[in-house]
Amino acid sequence: MNSRTIFINIFRWFVLLFVQIFLLRNMGFYNLSTPFVYVLFLLVLPFGIPNFLLFLIAFGTGLTLDAFYDTLGVHTSACVALAFVRILFISVSVTRDAFDEPEPSLGNMGFKWFSIYAILCILAHHLVVFFLEAFKLNEISYTLVRCLISVAFTLFLVLLVEFIFHNRKAN
Amino acid sequence: MRNLWLFISKYNAFFFFIIFFAAGIVLTLKNNAYQRSIALNSTNEVVGSAYERLNVLKRYLNLGQVNDSLAQENAKLRTELIALKNIDSSQTTKVKDSANNEQYTLVAAKVIKNSITSRNNIITINRGSLSGIEKDMAVISPNKGVVGFVQDVSPNFATIRSLLHKGTSISVTLKKNNVFGSLVWGDGNFDFRKAYVKEIPNHIKVNLRDTIITSGAGDFPRGIEVGRISKTRVASGDSFMPLEIVLFNDFSTLQYVYVVKDRLAKEQKTLESNLPNEQ
Repeated sequence: MNSRTIFINIFRWFVLLFVQIFLLRNMGFYNLSTPFVYVLFLLVLPFGIPNFLLFLIAFGTGLTLDAFYDTLGVHTSACVALAFVRILFISVSVTRDAFDEPEPSLGNMGFKWFSIYAILCILAHHLVVFFLEAFKLNEISYTLVRCLISVAFTLFLVLLVEFIFHNRKAN
Repeated sequence: MRNLWLFISKYNAFFFFIIFFAAGIVLTLKNNAYQRSIALNSTNEVVGSAYERLNVLKRYLNLGQVNDSLAQENAKLRTELIALKNIDSSQTTKVKDSANNEQYTLVAAKVIKNSITSRNNIITINRGSLSGIEKDMAVISPNKGVVGFVQDVSPNFATIRSLLHKGTSISVTLKKNNVFGSLVWGDGNFDFRKAYVKEIPNHIKVNLRDTIITSGAGDFPRGIEVGRISKTRVASGDSFMPLEIVLFNDFSTLQYVYVVKDRLAKEQKTLESNLPNEQ
C-alpha cells in the first residue's frame, strides 16, 4: 500500500461523507427509501488491508456518520457488519491472482462480480441499519420493504458512481 | 494454548466482527432513548420478578423504619380526620363538589428496585397496567415529598423516572408567594438529599428554610411539600436564581410509593393539544 492509495482513500472518505451528510441526508423516497452511498468507500478499500484495520476504519466511518445523523451506534454496527460480509465474500470468491488488482472496484473486477459483491454488502449494512432503527419485530414487513427499496436505491447510486469514475479498464 | 491462538488467528475476522459489533450495539443502547426503552421494557418483566423475590428479605430488615413512618402517617391522617369532622359538625349545609373531590386517587405500590447512585436513577415498583397505572403518571412518597414520573409500564411492573434523573423536571412553587419554578436534579450535584429549583426570578425575596411545594401544573396535585431551601445564590448576569433545597423524603430508604391517578388528566391533555403550537 503506497502513499498514493492512502491519499486517494482519505480523499474519497471526505468526498463520500460530505455528499452523504449534506446532500443525501435530505433525500428520501416517501419515507420508504434513503440511500447510503457512503458505503462505497468501504466497498472499494484495497484488497491488501488487514482485517483489524478494516474493522477499525468501518467503525470510525460509522461513528462519524452517526454523529451527524444523531443515531449513535446504528451506522457503526452496520458498517462493522458490512466489513465482515466483505471479508467473507472476498475470501470465498476471489482467487489468488486477482489479488494483483489494487482494489475491488467495478473497473478492476467486472460488472458481474462487483454487482453481486455490492448487493451482499449493502444488504448486510441496510438490514442492520433498519432493524436497529426499528428495534422490534412487530413491523417486520414494513421494515423489510424499507430496507429492500433502500438497497435498490443505494445500489443504483453506487453503480452509477462506479461507472462514472472507475471504468477505464473495462473499455 | 498455541492451538487456541492458531484458531483465533485463523478466524480473526469473525472475532473482530463480534467485538466491534458488540461495541456498536452497546453504543446504540447507551445513546438512543427509544432503543433503550424497548430493551428495558422487555427485560423489565424478568428482572422485576427476580428483584421482587430478593426484596422479600430486604423488607424484613427495614421493617422497624417502615412501621415508624406508617405510624407517623396514621397519626397525621387521624389529626386531619378529626379536624375535618369538626368542620363538618359545625356546618349545616353540605356542598357536594364532585368535580374537584375525586380528581386524584392514589395507588400504593412497593418499591422493588431502587437506585440513588447513578446519574439517571430508575425505580421499579410492583404495580403495572393491571392496576391502572399509565405512562407519565406522577409518583409521590408516603410522608412528604415527590418521587418522579412513571416511565414504562408492563402488566405487573412499572419503572419510575425518579427525581434523581437528568430528564425529570417538576413544576414547583414557593409556599409563601406562589412563584413558579422547576425542580431538577443533577448538574454537578449528585447528592440524593439535595435538588435545585430553577427559573425563580431574581427579584423575588426568598429566605433560607422556606418551604417548596408542588404547583399543581403538570401531573402532581398542588401542595405536596417537596423540601426546604438550604442555599440561595445569585448568578451574575442572569435574571433567574438557582436555589438549592434539601428534600423532605429520603430516596435511599424508599420502600412504598403512591402513584397519583389523575381522573381529569386525559381531558386536560386533549384540550391542550387542540391549541395551536405556540412556537
